[in-house]
Amino acid sequence: MENKTKIHAEDNRLDLLITREFDLPVELLFKAYVEPEIVAQWMGTKVIKLESKKHGSWEFETSDPNGNVVFKANGVIHDFIPNEKIVRTFEMENINFAPQLEFLEFESITDETSKLTMQIIYKSIEHRAAQLKLPFAFGLNMAHNRLQEIVTQLK
Amino acid sequence: MEIRRDVFQAIADPTRRAILSLVAIQSMTPGAIAENFNSSRQTISKHIQILSECELLNQTQNGREIYYHLNPIKMKEIDNFIEPFRKMWDDRFNKLEAIMKNYKK
Repeated sequence: MENKTKIHAEDNRLDLLITREFDLPVELLFKAYVEPEIVAQWMGTKVIKLESKKHGSWEFETSDPNGNVVFKANGVIHDFIPNEKIVRTFEMENINFAPQLEFLEFESITDETSKLTMQIIYKSIEHRAAQLKLPFAFGLNMAHNRLQEIVTQLK
Repeated sequence: MEIRRDVFQAIADPTRRAILSLVAIQSMTPGAIAENFNSSRQTISKHIQILSECELLNQTQNGREIYYHLNPIKMKEIDNFIEPFRKMWDDRFNKLEAIMKNYKK
């Protein structure tokens, strides 16, 4: 499958765009953002709270296999229009990043396909760069861990 | 056991990053590279080997000497640090799509 998800990050800007087309009616795409059990499945996180309404709030928590919490994030929902848009903040806990503002737009393409456009706005250009690099840095760690595993097996 | 090497693994090590920045300036022999480090020549030659396996270094033979130089094409893969970020979202959305297809009638 080719790259269905596109990231548009222009230099020297505070925002970035993530776009993706789905083989799903827009109602189902939107539902995946509203039902806590479903969000938990595809985000791979525990949904502590998800109040899908204007001025509602949300809270996610991810643990490692030993039960230690490795990731916590929360935010508030500023706008909520079913099958059209969600405006919300996103803030990671215990990490020195400012909250970010997210505009999620849901569009119907055909009865069976839809499109999501996610605009994320960061406090600074440095903050955006740091966020973009997180999975990259994580990849480096994975490489380290893999090396360590291999070395341990050799012992 | 065969170890698959990738560029990310290669640059996860500070000595290898230092080697890359040295040869980025000019082509160097293994001996000249090793002179810049306190580690043994053997250790440095192991690092060079890993970098070569990842195709970050190319070598040319000049008489009896081997010269290492940077492979800029491979370095671009590293430069494209946005790719893991895109991949992370792509994986999530693929999962979302697969889950929601079960709700289709």
